[in-house]
Amino acid sequence: MAKRSRPFWLWPAVTVLILALAWWQLPAQFGVRPVYLWTDRLIFLLLAGALFLGGWIRRREHLRQPWVEVFRQRRAMVALVVLLAFVITGLLDSVHYRKPLPMVDGQQGVQYSVEVVTLLDELLGTLREGTEKTYSAPFAMTQLARETVTLPDGTQSRIRPRLRHGGAHLTDPSQRGRDILASGLAGAAIGVGLTMLVWLLLGAILSRRWQTSWRAALTRIVHGRTEVPWRAILVTAGSLLVLMAMTALWSRHWHVFGTDKVGEDVLYLAIKSIRTGLVIGTLTTLVMLPFAILLGIMAGYFRGWVDDIIQYLYTTLSSIPGVLLIAAAVLSIQVYIANHPDLFETATDRADLRLLALCVILGITSWTNLCRLLRGETFKLREMDYIQAATAFGVGHFTILGRHVLPNVLHIVLIIVVLDFSGLVLAEAVLSYVGVGVDPSTISWGNMINGARLELAREPVVWWSLAAAFVFMFALVLSANLFADAVRDAFDPRLREQSP
Amino acid sequence: MFAYIVRRVLYAIPILIGVNLLTFTLFFVVNSPDDMARMHLGVKRVTPEAIEKWKAERGYDKPLLYNERAEGLQRFTATIFFEKSVSLFAFRFGRADDGRDIAWDIRQRMWPSLAIAIPTFLLGILVNITFAMLLAFFRATYIDVWGVVLCVILMSISTLFYIIGGQYMVGKLLHLVPISGYDSGTNAFKFLVLPIVIGIISGIGAGTRWYRTIFLEEINKDYVRTARAKGLSELRVLFRHVLKNAMIPILTGAVVIIPLLFMGSLLLESFFGIPGLGSYTIDAIQAQDFAIVRAMVFLGSVLYIVGLVLTDISYTLVDPRVRLE
Repeated sequence: MAKRSRPFWLWPAVTVLILALAWWQLPAQFGVRPVYLWTDRLIFLLLAGALFLGGWIRRREHLRQPWVEVFRQRRAMVALVVLLAFVITGLLDSVHYRKPLPMVDGQQGVQYSVEVVTLLDELLGTLREGTEKTYSAPFAMTQLARETVTLPDGTQSRIRPRLRHGGAHLTDPSQRGRDILASGLAGAAIGVGLTMLVWLLLGAILSRRWQTSWRAALTRIVHGRTEVPWRAILVTAGSLLVLMAMTALWSRHWHVFGTDKVGEDVLYLAIKSIRTGLVIGTLTTLVMLPFAILLGIMAGYFRGWVDDIIQYLYTTLSSIPGVLLIAAAVLSIQVYIANHPDLFETATDRADLRLLALCVILGITSWTNLCRLLRGETFKLREMDYIQAATAFGVGHFTILGRHVLPNVLHIVLIIVVLDFSGLVLAEAVLSYVGVGVDPSTISWGNMINGARLELAREPVVWWSLAAAFVFMFALVLSANLFADAVRDAFDPRLREQSP
Repeated sequence: MFAYIVRRVLYAIPILIGVNLLTFTLFFVVNSPDDMARMHLGVKRVTPEAIEKWKAERGYDKPLLYNERAEGLQRFTATIFFEKSVSLFAFRFGRADDGRDIAWDIRQRMWPSLAIAIPTFLLGILVNITFAMLLAFFRATYIDVWGVVLCVILMSISTLFYIIGGQYMVGKLLHLVPISGYDSGTNAFKFLVLPIVIGIISGIGAGTRWYRTIFLEEINKDYVRTARAKGLSELRVLFRHVLKNAMIPILTGAVVIIPLLFMGSLLLESFFGIPGLGSYTIDAIQAQDFAIVRAMVFLGSVLYIVGLVLTDISYTLVDPRVRLE
């Protein structure tokens, strides 16, 4: 191994450095004013932590082994590809900034718009700006509701007016089907082309690693004779690329998932909700981890009165039904926010802090389970010979905890973190429905469902908001569940799943 | 056994005190009663007199912990802490913001909640065990593999979609049962069918998977191999031996939930307009009626602790190897 000389943290450190530089330097280059939200900072902190941990694990054979197992499972890798697509979207949506307003004569300095946008908004430009007046069906050219208009000859008539953006490029409505088909096919072709490109690129990379010819690597991938299931990964990534390309082309002129009550594009809302879901799924765990780990292993290691107090703490917290504790805490925070409006600069700020508060509250209610598991495991570990030996050598308690106990319970932490993720994403929707979820101004799947559920009673039925929220949530939660299963099987097949 | 139960009940007291202190802190220390009054009366146009009046009407005009102006024991009892928090121990829940007696409301709304929760719970366990047994019987075949995948798919769908979809399909498209509402007596049946069915279906994914792991754990034990070696058929082994022993973790896992059935299902009840405790809680949360939320938090913790004690007792009943010390 010639790589010995390279420290494990080199690549993660370089990545983090580049990210940090980009974050501080680029906004000035483009003349925008960056907005650092609290959740953004934590997300990038989490990303940096994950990268470092990844680099650390790569260099340790015994820690790497279970991951290698995960990476060889077809189902897990398919899920991972989908998850990655979600994560990248979420990260793009976590770079917030304010754009400068056009200069007015005699103005001193640059004025910035109060509207906070993200990198993702730039990519989804047409989706974000192409708003209509009110409901319209997917791929519709006309509004859903009839309106009374005055015709040129002075008579009044109730018609469905044409949309401002949906299909506005067509003068002849009968061309609608042909246009949709044509741009769909063009999108599919672009998607397939991109997939081919990825395949060729992957072949080039793998042929160097396997030290075979490029052609041999390509055939090996196609025949599925690889340890890591590259073919399945490629098929999944390819399907995603085709879908994305088709949607991208369609949404230049159409509302793929229709528009909602105030005329916003539903596809845009569904994509923007990804960040909210990811924040709740990941930051909640990040917030609770330090407490759960520290208290859990302390209770198991020290026993006696320390154990009693910690057990009392988590029994008390877990004895309150989760939704009610969350409701009580969120209501308190709502009152606090309502009474202190001066604390927040913009509405985005307020919504963001409320999102973070929700994560903290969810974390408080969900750390008890992990704490209990860690306590039990530490209980067992304490009796192990190597810890007895460390005690006999006079090693301090906290050194033992940090060096001998913690590394040996980390697999439980990892399993619980990935298992909890999907549950938290689902919880967001329910909590938003109950009225104790994210801020009503935050775009989230819960708020989308909440706003749309009464519309099923309308005639004609407005189903597209629900459908969009369903498709996106289902894809995220299903892939998270499948990936979590693989991780659990690889790290500890015996750890029984929690009761439903 | 009796001594054990007494000790468990005594152990519950500090936990309930903890719950009580926590809710007290959340509702009265983080936000003063003044804040609450302002929230209810509208933040902007509110006079100090209106706040005082609002507080006096609801009994929030006393000091939090210690009343200097009172005499003797009254110094401690004529406080918000004593009147609003300590009195919960006597199950005196006080009045809601609209003046209704909370305890009376809870007694009324308990029955519709139970009418949904008990059938959902019992039938749900039955359905889940049936499916799990099926998967365990066909273990390590394609039926098992795809069955588990199906379970994961079912688990990945939010309960909200089960409810909305079920309501839409059965109630609106097929017109089989009314979409929402409730009636007394046997007339309630047609209102209850759909919520119960949806409640069961939404739990199938997670439940079946959990029971399947329990069964598989049991199937790999020695006594099962012995039973097969005796020449028993696979079905007989599954039903007579595996199911019976797997009932220990299943039952004890289920017992914790039983007392909490009183609380009802938040989502089912509120979507189907059933006047149970779940919809009561949701309405209270949405109306920001803190008195009701406080009462429900306390009630929920009491029921959870009862569930824990019942779990321990049920262990000794189903598994004679376990002795309570």
